[in-house]
Amino acid sequence: MIWLTWRQFRTQAWVAAGALAAAAILLAVTGLHLAHLYDTSGIGTCHGHGDCGQLASNFLTQVAASNLYHTIYLLSIAGLYVAPAIIGIFWGAPLVTREIENGTLRLAWNQSVTRTRWIAVKLTLVGLIAMAAGGLLGLMVTWSDSPIDRAAAMTTGPGPALLSRITPVLFGARGIAPIGYAAFAFALGVTAGVLIRRTVPAMAVTLAVFTAVQIAWPMLVRPHLIAPVRSTTAFDAGSIIGLSMQNGGQMTVLTAVNKPGAWVLSNQVINAAGHLFTGPAPQACNTNSFQACADALARLHLRQLVSYQPGSRYWALQGYETAIFLALALVLTGFCYWRIRRRNY
Amino acid sequence: MIEFHLDAGSGVAPYLQVIQQVRRALRLGLLDVGDQLPTVKDVVARLAINPNTVLKAYRELEYEGLVAARPGVGTFVTRTLSDASLAAHGPLRRDLQRWIARARRAGLDEESIEALYRDTVRAATREEAI
Amino acid sequence: MTAVLESSGLGKRYRRRWALTDCTLRIPAGHVVGLVGPNGAGKTTLLHLATGLLAPTAGTIRVLGGEPASSAAQLARVGFVAQDTPVYAGLSVADHLRLGAHLNPGWDDGLARRRIGRLGLDPGQRAGKLSGGQRAQLALTLAIAKRPELLLLDEPIASLDPLARRDFLGVLMETAAEQQVSVVMSSHLVADLERICDYLIVLVDSRVRLAGQVDELLASHHRLTGPRHDTATLPPGWQVVEESHTDRQSTLLIRAGTPVHDPGWVVEPVGLEDLVLGYMSQAASGAPARRPEMEAQR
Repeated sequence: MIWLTWRQFRTQAWVAAGALAAAAILLAVTGLHLAHLYDTSGIGTCHGHGDCGQLASNFLTQVAASNLYHTIYLLSIAGLYVAPAIIGIFWGAPLVTREIENGTLRLAWNQSVTRTRWIAVKLTLVGLIAMAAGGLLGLMVTWSDSPIDRAAAMTTGPGPALLSRITPVLFGARGIAPIGYAAFAFALGVTAGVLIRRTVPAMAVTLAVFTAVQIAWPMLVRPHLIAPVRSTTAFDAGSIIGLSMQNGGQMTVLTAVNKPGAWVLSNQVINAAGHLFTGPAPQACNTNSFQACADALARLHLRQLVSYQPGSRYWALQGYETAIFLALALVLTGFCYWRIRRRNY
Repeated sequence: MIEFHLDAGSGVAPYLQVIQQVRRALRLGLLDVGDQLPTVKDVVARLAINPNTVLKAYRELEYEGLVAARPGVGTFVTRTLSDASLAAHGPLRRDLQRWIARARRAGLDEESIEALYRDTVRAATREEAI
Repeated sequence: MTAVLESSGLGKRYRRRWALTDCTLRIPAGHVVGLVGPNGAGKTTLLHLATGLLAPTAGTIRVLGGEPASSAAQLARVGFVAQDTPVYAGLSVADHLRLGAHLNPGWDDGLARRRIGRLGLDPGQRAGKLSGGQRAQLALTLAIAKRPELLLLDEPIASLDPLARRDFLGVLMETAAEQQVSVVMSSHLVADLERICDYLIVLVDSRVRLAGQVDELLASHHRLTGPRHDTATLPPGWQVVEESHTDRQSTLLIRAGTPVHDPGWVVEPVGLEDLVLGYMSQAASGAPARRPEMEAQR
């Protein structure tokens, strides 16, 4: 059965190997170049000096200025979202449906191997290869982009629009999370195929569900995997970055957050009672003097409440996320196994 | 080694056709004592008929004493029919010549004579089978 | 004698339609069995239940004394050629033999290679490029070379030309002669089965209408023609299968346990094809809502 699974999967495996090899070359070249830039930027020795943030910003600006490396950086991130989707659509969905549509299921299930063994071997072998591919790509991209990640962990606020690795878009393109995504996408594809029994609809459903999960997850689930840190600090009128006022005296204030390498979930200015400050605007803010307004606000006993996941929790979150996605994949796998056992094809 | 053929539209059961073809071969001297009949396997592979059909025919021939089955080797001829009938050929031929002369005098042409002969033989064979 | 297939009240339902109803059979071993019926009668359903591709909705089925597809050992004893003789288009002929060798402990590689050689198939050729007849022969080789005790075939020659048909059936019969294997083959044409079967099952509109040894069926069925009769006045031992009346004449197809010696009737034997047609029309008249397709070409 292992022979047959491999023989049927051979072409797809070689295509994946080719794609990974091409990616490896591209990322190797990029990674070496970035490492070189990083070494020459002086960030490595900046800790005692206190100007790391500035050096890091300079380095990042330098990287962003190069169109080529900027593009490769973006592609590397996109690739790690596209790869699991492709695995789900092209490895997962057709696994069973192709044999249903060709009728070869009726050939395979009459060899001297039970259908449960048939699906178990296929799921395991191709699933493991999917996880390996996802893991390998994740590893290569993480290594290649690591200088940027390290620099981003030292900067905050405005500058090039590069974020730290714990923030949503980057998080899924780093570390071991792609292993979980690949396993999940694959299992999702096979499940869609087992339920829908036709290749193209199963592919479409797999894509739709996987995309929906990848969009919804960082917003709804990931923030709560570990209880976020809530820190309250004194209101600093000097760090106001946004003010808006409406008729009727309502106003909202936004102050900058100085948490390098963190994933900020919410950033609010709260009043003495602990609620979001919505006004009323002090009289001084109706004038054209910003400084007067700021001083007036400073007297209101406001505070800044930031809810965030610190950068130090990166590996913990990676671990939880990968474990959950692997568990989901396992559940879907078990479902497929049970469904195939039921004998109605 | 002789070869069998099957006439699907003749109305004669397949196993009977096999028997008749063996008998004919014996009569014409195509098969002699000690010759092997085609194996059941080869016959059914060529004719695409049920093996039991051939087995039935061979068993019938064995019952008539014409062949004998040697397990693991094959089925072999034990007795020919040619001697028995060859002697009868002479008188039969003379009878036939007289009959043909009569038919000619009655006005039958060659085609009608052949048709009459064939019909009669077929009917007789069918009766023989039932 | 042991039965290769035993079913009791077997039924299969898809959503609201019963594809097979109340099927009770006991097929003895050592026969070439023909399963005949119009399209949609339930032949494929019955074969799929026997191979374990489907699970029954009602009743039971046992194949070679075991439950279909219940274990690798059970699967090894039954060979199956599915409808349209599916093969892996992307795999070569040799790959298919390797498939058989890897997945079947009882695989006879020598037999498989000899067959492929005699068929003149190129082992390196992709199965998708084979002709219909060659594909059917490859599928048959795969089923035969695992040395099963029972061979099930679902309309394997339906789309083959006459020569390919003859070749296929020739190989099938050669296998039946050589190995101790029982064969069950389905077709919607009686002509395909007439030459090779010695046991017949007629399936019409999801039910078994007739089952038995061909010799015995032919001996017990008669066609009677005679003056117009009321069928109620016939002897009780006669089972009327099909009847047709004009104002002067009655023609009956009957099944009788004893020979018919009634001088009031002209008694003739019935050919296998007419026999099957008789049962098909009997089924049709009993189920007016659905007329099964009737095909009886030569």
